[in-house]
Amino acid sequence: MAESKKIATRESFGMALCELAKTNEDIVVFDADLAAATKTSIFKKEFPERFFDCGIAEGNMVGVAAGLAAAGKIPVAASFAMFATGRAFEQIRNSVAYPHLNVKIAGSHAGISTGEDGATHQCLEDIGIMRTIPGMVVINPADHYEMMAATKAAIEYDGPVYIRLGRLAIESFNDPETYTFELGKGITLLDGDDVAVIATGLCVNEALKACKQLKEEGINARLINIHTIKPIDREIIVKAAKETGRIITIEEHNVIGGLGDAVCSVVSEEYPVKVTKVGVNDCFGYSGPALELLDKFELTAPHLAKKIKAAAQDK
Amino acid sequence: MDSSEIKQLQILATKARMGAILGTFCAKSGHPGGSLSAADIFTYLYFKEMNVDPKNPKWEDRDRFVLSKGHCCPSLYAVLALKGYFEWDELTKLRHVGAMLQGHPDMKGTPGIDMSTGSLGQGISAACGMALSAKISNKSYRVYSVLGDGEVEEGQVWEAAMFAAHNKLDNLVIFVDQNGLQIDGTVDEVAGIEPLDKKFESFGFEVFKIDGHDFNQIEDALNKAREVKGKPVAILAKTVKGKGVSFMENQVGWHGTAPNKEQYEQATAELQAEIDRLEGNC
Repeated sequence: MAESKKIATRESFGMALCELAKTNEDIVVFDADLAAATKTSIFKKEFPERFFDCGIAEGNMVGVAAGLAAAGKIPVAASFAMFATGRAFEQIRNSVAYPHLNVKIAGSHAGISTGEDGATHQCLEDIGIMRTIPGMVVINPADHYEMMAATKAAIEYDGPVYIRLGRLAIESFNDPETYTFELGKGITLLDGDDVAVIATGLCVNEALKACKQLKEEGINARLINIHTIKPIDREIIVKAAKETGRIITIEEHNVIGGLGDAVCSVVSEEYPVKVTKVGVNDCFGYSGPALELLDKFELTAPHLAKKIKAAAQDK
Repeated sequence: MDSSEIKQLQILATKARMGAILGTFCAKSGHPGGSLSAADIFTYLYFKEMNVDPKNPKWEDRDRFVLSKGHCCPSLYAVLALKGYFEWDELTKLRHVGAMLQGHPDMKGTPGIDMSTGSLGQGISAACGMALSAKISNKSYRVYSVLGDGEVEEGQVWEAAMFAAHNKLDNLVIFVDQNGLQIDGTVDEVAGIEPLDKKFESFGFEVFKIDGHDFNQIEDALNKAREVKGKPVAILAKTVKGKGVSFMENQVGWHGTAPNKEQYEQATAELQAEIDRLEGNC
């Protein structure tokens, strides 16, 4: 079963890159003076000849990565989610996505769980920004095992990918013996017809705990983990809408532009049901320890249990 | 280069200018001014300098070219057509719905285009990436890029310049097409960039200053560039915006305006007269 040791998905990402680079010589990693934080430092240590620090210049880093991809390499460009998708948005849009180049953008320190650094560094818009770009794949893994598998899938996929990494060490809930990752496919973690809970990233495990608690109270929530926000698994969402009649989405992101909106867009077109979007309610974060912030922003299991219960009873 | 070789290049460059005028006239939009100023550089690169194969545009060991000032693609397209990457007739469909030739270079749709560009400041970074890729893979291909002098106002150009020098990209040559004009006026008036030579030198480049319409000087600078080791090269090419069409020369208004029928006919007549003159003297 899953190990109890807590690990941040940024660290899992660094480990995965190292593992993949052993057999894939085309992988080249770039960072913008944050290697120690994004954990591309793990790769740097093992493959120094394939690691390049671009300095604090994210726009150029993404452009250089585009040039490498045009020459046949598989470049990974990492920074904090805020700077990777914010500062370098237009480079990602025009130099990477428009020519559909094989560049992987890694955005670490995403969400309010970035913690003490505060609002300037807590990116709550990256999923929204990235999913508006044609052809971008957007992945937000939920634990160590999912990140390891998602990184492999991102490298194997030929095209631009944005992958979201978290700073906070979190426990793993997936079972490495049975876990499989398929790009664009959601995973049903719990079956149930009272309400469909659709979560992403570190919120998945919190939602899992909440749903298990609700089960004891007789509420059977269906829990779906959406690790690939684009292209989104329409089938699993429509099925959930039809079979439960009520959806609640949960994400560590602004409620505008993220998973909630992606789910709403699917159900509004195919099978409209009421959707409650849980996330950060169109405001900025602030400084504080990550766990305290997650509690303040009501994204921890006890808060989610209340919200899920309310949704299940509101049909 | 002997005089007949220079004449051949001049004829090709004049034909490229004709192509730029044809394309922008047919499109009823586009950027003739900078297309004309950079036409000689494009011509020299594709007909004398670069190791490329129009029959195999994706050949992995080819030299690469990135038009960082992407809006000046009409004359680049004409050079690519002259080189045999695609039919000349494509120029008449420039910027039309469904056409192969987009308003700004599209590497996915146009043979011979090595990088999609158009947003200023971005092409030079991609050129750095290609040059770095060659270094990583021990390949000997070289990478060339042309920037506008207005374009160097973009901060990303200087991020890229630092990156190129730091990584000792001596397989990278950038040209700055110094025609002195940008959309809002002269570069000096809008946001002075001088002293550009000292700027690039201080950023770790070997710098050559040339007349960007003189093929001997272009050749000389590119030959010297091959000898430079351990650092990238910037060739600052003084040019005339609108070069070759009398009423467009040094006129800021011709940055992004297409010629009407009368202007198209006059420009074409002038360029044809130049070709006739050059061919008559061959």
